[in-house]
Amino acid sequence: MTEPRPVTDWIHDFDHTDPRWTENPYPIWDELRSASPVVHTDRFLGVYMPTTFEAVKEISYDTDHFSSRRIIVRNERPEVVQPAPPITSDPPEHKPAKRLLLPPFTPDAVRLLEPRVRAICNELIDDFIEDDGCDAAAQYTKHIPVRAIAHMLGIPEQDSDLFIKWIHEVLELGITDTATLMRAVEEMSIYFIGHIAKRKQHPTDDLISSLMNARDKNGQPLSDPHVLGSLRLLLIAGIDTTWSAIGASLWHLAKTPADRDRLLAEPELLPTAIEEFLRAYAPVTMAREVMKETVISGCPVKPGNMVLLSFPAANRDPSVFPDADQVKIDRKENPHVAFGLGIHRCVGSNLARMEMTVAIEEWLKRVPDFRLDTSQKVKWSEGTVRGPRQLPILFGKPS
Amino acid sequence: MSGTIKIHVDQDKCQGHARCKALAPKLFELDEFGNAHEIGDGTVPADLIEQAWLAKANCPEVAIEIVED
Ligand code: HEM
Ligand code: SF4
Repeated sequence: MTEPRPVTDWIHDFDHTDPRWTENPYPIWDELRSASPVVHTDRFLGVYMPTTFEAVKEISYDTDHFSSRRIIVRNERPEVVQPAPPITSDPPEHKPAKRLLLPPFTPDAVRLLEPRVRAICNELIDDFIEDDGCDAAAQYTKHIPVRAIAHMLGIPEQDSDLFIKWIHEVLELGITDTATLMRAVEEMSIYFIGHIAKRKQHPTDDLISSLMNARDKNGQPLSDPHVLGSLRLLLIAGIDTTWSAIGASLWHLAKTPADRDRLLAEPELLPTAIEEFLRAYAPVTMAREVMKETVISGCPVKPGNMVLLSFPAANRDPSVFPDADQVKIDRKENPHVAFGLGIHRCVGSNLARMEMTVAIEEWLKRVPDFRLDTSQKVKWSEGTVRGPRQLPILFGKPS
Repeated sequence: MSGTIKIHVDQDKCQGHARCKALAPKLFELDEFGNAHEIGDGTVPADLIEQAWLAKANCPEVAIEIVED
């Protein structure tokens, strides 16, 4: 593997895997936005990026010109295999595939999982509360979503490390290493085939069984590959996204004592604070493939290219969000698009919000005083899901 | 502002972000797919008018219509 060329001209030659982008993308996006609502790079075989709220919206709503069949921007464009409906589906296949997944993820359904998530948070805090500090990314935020989704699917929470390994291989290593990507997908399939087989003998009342029992509009059960695809998708889509969102929220509170103290004094601000963290630190950038030539916000867009659909950059557009670069935990009008826009709106948004809320609430209850440990580095993930992967925190007031 | 208002969720636009339900639980209900519908005929009681506008302002899909009489 050759090292990528360092970027010297962001506007015409951006690279979303450049270390400067990984470290702090916001000033780069502002520069791109002031240049054009849509920018292009020749890297990764040709990629556009919409930089404004409006351009992100136009692309999200235009499933005719922009397909979801490829959703990762990579150095290669291998044949489309192993689809994962609904995230890789376009109309008309998308809607029926999505409807099968939605009922277990309504706010009411998700509320039933809240006590377990609260317990998971406290079990994790128990393990480090006696210490002087912790790596909050490795010891806290990482484990909450993976255990929550395992609980929901009905698979052992102890298998968490395995899931985290697969997700790392698919979402990070897989960008440049196809063999690793394919092997991880294969391992996940084998794992879930075992769980499906068990349930054919002994049905359960978890999410795996409910997918197996789901019927399409002709009354037919889903094929095993469809069930498998959905299970892989829930695992991949639900874990490091939420890990990132909880981590970025804690990172903000660790480095902004005024906001932390305000949340402790006015806990009723938590809902607007969570939405503001989602806006300002939106972790997920998606991708589309351009299928036909069109014009977005006045800019010509040509087939053969991919699109980095940056919901995070849309959330920083000052024409929609006044003081977009400032985090205001009491922001009242906040129609952010951290969970996407249009038909692909995140299936897990209600679950993710619940996990974020509970994780921050329980942390603040038990660790009201904390700060960044500036003797160590905060490390951010590379790629299209952005969040802290190392988050050194010290407990207590500075002495 | 004294007149009454009515809300309506456009089913072609709503994608179930559920922001409206969180901000104005007495005005919106969600179906089994998480999509929102106005409760009753959408008439907003005087004490909830502010909530109705807040819900509209926070809907990323711009799916909530408000008609002022
Ligand atoms: C804070 C955490 C999360 C964020 C920021 C997030 C973000 C997103 C975004 C932006 C999309 C849109 C994709 C597109 O336009 O192509 C999406 C789709 C999706 N998400 Fe999430 N997600 C999160 C957590 C979860 C969780 C917890 C789950 C499930 C357990 C989940 C499952 C899905 C699924 C299945 C889709 C595909 C929906 C479709 O294509 O119709 N996500 N997510
Ligand atoms: S906030 Fe908008 S998109 Fe979301 S459920 Fe309400 S009306 Fe639908």
